[in-house]
Amino acid sequence: MTTTKKDPVLVVVQLSGGNDAINTVIPYGDPNYYDERPALQVPEKQVLALSNQVGFHPAMGPLKKLYDEGKVAVIQGVGFPHCNRSHFRSMDVWHTCEPDKFATEGWLGRTIRDLDPTKENVVTGVNYGRGLPHALMLPGVPVASVANLEAYGLLPGIEEQEQRLSALDTFTRIYSPTMETSFTHEYLSQTGMDAFKGADILKTVPEKYASSVEYGNNSVARYLRMMAQTIIADVGTRIFYTTSPYNSFDLHGSAMTLQAKLWTDVANYVKDFFDDLHEHNLGDHVTMLLFSEFGRRVKDNGSGTDHGTGGVALVVGDKVKGGLYSEYPSLTPAKQADGDLQFNYDFRGLYATLLEQWMGLDSKPIVNGTFEQLDLYA
Amino acid sequence: MPEDIGLMAHLLRRAGFGATRAELEAYADKGYEATVEELLYPERLPDLEYDLLERYMEEWHDRAATDASRQLWFYRMIVGKRPLEEKMALFWHGILCTGDAKVLHGRMTAAQVEMFRSRGLGSLRTLLLELARNPAMIFYLDNWMSHKGSINENFGRELLELFSMGVGKDGQPNYTEDDVKECARAFTGWTYTGHIPRYPYGRYDWQFLYDPADHDDGEKTFLGETGRWNGEDIIDIIVRQPACARFICRHLYNFFVADEPQVAQWMMSPPRDMAAIETLEKAYFDNNYEIRPVLRVLLNSDFFKNARFSRVKTPAEQVVSIIKLVDYFKEGFRPGMESIGYESEYMGMELYEPPTVEGWHYGKEWIDSGTLLERINWTAEWVGQTDLPGIKDIVDRLMSRGAMSPKEFVEGCLDLIGPVEVTEETLRSLIEFAEKGGELRQSTEEERSAFARKVGQMLQMIVSTQEFQFA
Repeated sequence: MTTTKKDPVLVVVQLSGGNDAINTVIPYGDPNYYDERPALQVPEKQVLALSNQVGFHPAMGPLKKLYDEGKVAVIQGVGFPHCNRSHFRSMDVWHTCEPDKFATEGWLGRTIRDLDPTKENVVTGVNYGRGLPHALMLPGVPVASVANLEAYGLLPGIEEQEQRLSALDTFTRIYSPTMETSFTHEYLSQTGMDAFKGADILKTVPEKYASSVEYGNNSVARYLRMMAQTIIADVGTRIFYTTSPYNSFDLHGSAMTLQAKLWTDVANYVKDFFDDLHEHNLGDHVTMLLFSEFGRRVKDNGSGTDHGTGGVALVVGDKVKGGLYSEYPSLTPAKQADGDLQFNYDFRGLYATLLEQWMGLDSKPIVNGTFEQLDLYA
Repeated sequence: MPEDIGLMAHLLRRAGFGATRAELEAYADKGYEATVEELLYPERLPDLEYDLLERYMEEWHDRAATDASRQLWFYRMIVGKRPLEEKMALFWHGILCTGDAKVLHGRMTAAQVEMFRSRGLGSLRTLLLELARNPAMIFYLDNWMSHKGSINENFGRELLELFSMGVGKDGQPNYTEDDVKECARAFTGWTYTGHIPRYPYGRYDWQFLYDPADHDDGEKTFLGETGRWNGEDIIDIIVRQPACARFICRHLYNFFVADEPQVAQWMMSPPRDMAAIETLEKAYFDNNYEIRPVLRVLLNSDFFKNARFSRVKTPAEQVVSIIKLVDYFKEGFRPGMESIGYESEYMGMELYEPPTVEGWHYGKEWIDSGTLLERINWTAEWVGQTDLPGIKDIVDRLMSRGAMSPKEFVEGCLDLIGPVEVTEETLRSLIEFAEKGGELRQSTEEERSAFARKVGQMLQMIVSTQEFQFA
């Protein structure tokens, strides 16, 4: 059998809690930085310079290496209008693309619907983690949510093989559509069969995997490894999602140490993931988006920072045109937005860029409108 | 007798979180109506011994983090002796929503639910008034930022749209945009004290504060009535509205009787059982807006008794009813609440964090391919443990019935885990599954332990059925 050209894949990593953009991409060339961050400042000579104005946090060495290879786009000043600095609400806006009203449909749910309108592949979208993020939710669109690939599937607790086969056989019969069931029962049948089929496909994934890359010991690293396995197994998944747990980027205190630890992990897992893909000649097929729901206040509070608005997003991939995008918002006190970085690039434009230029979809019905795109791909 | 047990199990699934067979038998001896009366007065039933519990789980004392409050809430639902009190707290939490991701003050968010416990069966007027004075709500819907001369409509709008009347009924709107503004004006000056920064000293408890200087005391016209209304007057006007009776009764029906369409559709789509709703509305007006008498009518009605298995279980109900079924805490407190406290979230319902101010969507929206697998797998793991007291009890009861055919075995399991009603097709598939397991002997020790294992496996199949996802 000949291999077909693989379809583009989008991996989204959610850095929950509101990452401090200012100490991620550090505006070391702006003297205001050192005035505004008396307690939380990185000395100029430690900054991993990307330009004579900004540079990565020193913990981001592996990402700097990818940046130097031209594979990392840094989207500065990203945000959305009317941010109220609530984690929940802001994350919801990023998930639904609706800054002005509560919405229930997720943007990636709509993406999966448009990628696979006839629902041929129940694993077109896969979340690694527990519970399904709002971004992936859309009634009627199947999405697999996997906490542990090695033990994924229906009734993983039944270990005895014959017993298990018999149980699964019974399950498929119980969930087969029958004539006289109600709408809810019909929906349940369909969902049960989707879940079952998804589990059936995904359980074969780890068997096909071998790699020399060793990932770190944190949950996102483990989930990225599962994603690499899934991409390598070629089961047709186009959208992957995972979340850094427990709002860990919400550093109101002890931020100097914790920010370094967090970004050491992020930089390493991103690099390990792409190393793994390269080892399998799959680097060309994957774009990764890393985002957080908002940035933090410009001024530190003595040991950390409080909720802010404008933030930074990273897009990583072999096909990505690396570099700095949009403007770094000014730290000049008069130009701040009520103590925050004034966002100058709407995240929906970034989504539209990824959807149109990478996934080849019409972005309007997914992000609900037309937004300025970036020139992210060669 | 078995029929009594089926009806009693239905009542306890709805007015509580299920019960063990021994509890069901005790309720059946007491009789249906007497059981309803007992459930309706939770304050007459014993409360948990908190002093003792907090020696095991010290985080449960302060409740600063929602994780701790959530564990305690689940523990109350599982072990507490006041099932309807907890059910009402869950009911109101899903309607009069506050999410701690915004409030960021776990103790205050939990205090709001505590208020639902004490007020949940009383007068709707009192409940809405307490809600309007509740600091977590005042923060959640920004009423503290609503000032005389510069209103923030958030609370005023949701009070009408999501907490008391809904946008419309029978195709007609219930209020206008002007009513929203007048309502918001009436609640200006309703704020709270304790705006102390979170760091570095932690948060202070918030207290309701009425600030007359910030209250707009001018004349207002609300739902056609004109006066210098304050917030309390607004609530008086609201609870008199037929729209309010309809909205609350429909919610009660949706939660206790059978799944209705999602709330957002109520203006255009009529109730599934109009006669039932009218009966409840009458009870509401006949009893001074008290919830308890409405529930008494509901739980004793034929439409309730005939509505078995017509609601998809919420994740919280699923989690609590299973831990009760296996009787995990039979011998007293033991470790495990941390993971039990997270499980409902994994199934799609994180208490203290409703997804929006609209609350959770009920019915089939609980089920997607991820949450269905989570439900089935988690539940199967528990019911397969035949050494847990509740499952061991099922095994013992079944064994005492002596020799049985695969069909009798399946029917016995369905009876003892519920009773659960299944379709012919499901029953046939389960019997075939049982037949593959071979003969059901129990004369030697080895055969008895094989029998127990088969019960565990059959229960795992039963909890995987579509039918078991309904309450």
